[in-house]
Amino acid sequence: MTTTPKIAVRGLKKSFGPKVVLDGIDLDIGVGESVVVIGGSGTGKSVLVKCILGLLDADAGSIKIDGEEMTRLSRSRREKLMQKFGMLFQGSALFDSLSVWENVAFGLIQGRGLERDKAKTIALEKLGAVGLGPEVGELRPAELSGGMQKRVALARAIAAEPEIIIFDEPTTGLDPIMGDVINDLIVKCVKDLGATAISITHDMASAHKIADRIAMIYKGRIIWSGTSAEIDRSGNAYVDQFIHGRAEGPIKMEVRAL
Amino acid sequence: MLDFLASVGRVFIAFLGASGRLTIFTLTAISHCFRGPIYVRLVGKQMIDIGYYSLPVVGLTAIFTGMVLALQTHTGFSRFGAESAMATVVVLSVTRELGPVIAALMVAGRIGAAIAAEIGTMRVTDQIDALSTLSTNPFKYLVVPRIFAGLVTVPLLVLVADIIGVFGGYIVATYKFGFNPATYLHNTADNLTANDVLSGLIKAGAFGFIVALMGCYHGYHSRGGAQGVGTATTYAVVSASVMILLFDYILTSVLF
Repeated sequence: MTTTPKIAVRGLKKSFGPKVVLDGIDLDIGVGESVVVIGGSGTGKSVLVKCILGLLDADAGSIKIDGEEMTRLSRSRREKLMQKFGMLFQGSALFDSLSVWENVAFGLIQGRGLERDKAKTIALEKLGAVGLGPEVGELRPAELSGGMQKRVALARAIAAEPEIIIFDEPTTGLDPIMGDVINDLIVKCVKDLGATAISITHDMASAHKIADRIAMIYKGRIIWSGTSAEIDRSGNAYVDQFIHGRAEGPIKMEVRAL
Repeated sequence: MLDFLASVGRVFIAFLGASGRLTIFTLTAISHCFRGPIYVRLVGKQMIDIGYYSLPVVGLTAIFTGMVLALQTHTGFSRFGAESAMATVVVLSVTRELGPVIAALMVAGRIGAAIAAEIGTMRVTDQIDALSTLSTNPFKYLVVPRIFAGLVTVPLLVLVADIIGVFGGYIVATYKFGFNPATYLHNTADNLTANDVLSGLIKAGAFGFIVALMGCYHGYHSRGGAQGVGTATTYAVVSASVMILLFDYILTSVLF
């Protein structure tokens, strides 16, 4: 008997004008699995997760969540299905006009109709889970450092205890120590919730720490997939070049002379 | 010659594309106005932003408009010995035309720009995508409250602008030209009908809708960081101002 993957992506294609970004992505993610998608800048990692979230419409292909096709859903059904998701954005994407606790509680109040008092209690609990005290809850996002903003964004992503959490470059722009703190928090939160996680990054330290499985995307396709331990002996020249950060190799950067 | 035709064709196609996008955005926004949930707190907050905080600038503009109108009317009408018509001209000009248009243009500059900048910044910093991932429809949360607030508060602002504008004319007429205050007010009230005020308020509602819609539309579609937000802000103010003047003509043709 085969189990239905939590997320099943088949033949996913997406272009912007003449530029083909996703060229037939196939990816299965099991229940409770943590998959990290690696790849260079502009290879389509963010577009892939935006298609999974329904923020972008795919040109072709299929995305199934718990066996339910996402690409043909009505808007209202899709909004309902979004309750299964939590998302940590690259730039945190905290709402400037709201306090920190209101940001964390936003999905509970607006999305699930919880009373403000109850939502605030949960928000402060989640802030505690990412190492921030209740006094931080009253501040505005602009008053926080980059690392604190990432932690608040993480608290917001887990506040409604989603089944699937997506992390978009969670350590970008952070110093290595704070990056490691965020990685530890991600591993802890995902484990505590028993959630399925998709992370996109080009930070290999982060990928090794977070991933059960790593998939590499190049020119709009998944060119390699394996466990975190297997990646160092993948035998794939593209993967080797990427994980060792070498300029020489099959991946050519388009750099024009000045 | 072919290059010229191709350029004209490109501009025409771009215009059709922009018109289509704006029409779809407008219809989507209107459809969300009739489907819950309505965020009452946000509507209230926007009403305060658009209405209450615009009062000083609209009031100042209205009083000077009324005063200038009285000066110009006196100058023109005194050539025909018709100074007594000044009160009528001032009150009808302010309520039917200048009150709604001047107030709406002020709101377009102040609020249209602010709406476009706020929503545009939310777009380029992924905050609008974040709303979607938190099971919140961005149209219902961002666009609908601003459209409701524009629709309701601009007519209220215009009502205040009408009163202040007429008062501006009264000050000039009585203190500068020595009109009898009671006679001036009597002439003002005698020649003003409910229809004059109502038609101005209908225009104001339409203008409030236009200002909020243009701010939301350009902000929602802004791209490319700070420069994109700046461009969206400019487009919001310019397009709202042009549409206010265009719809002013259309509504005046229909209402009078």
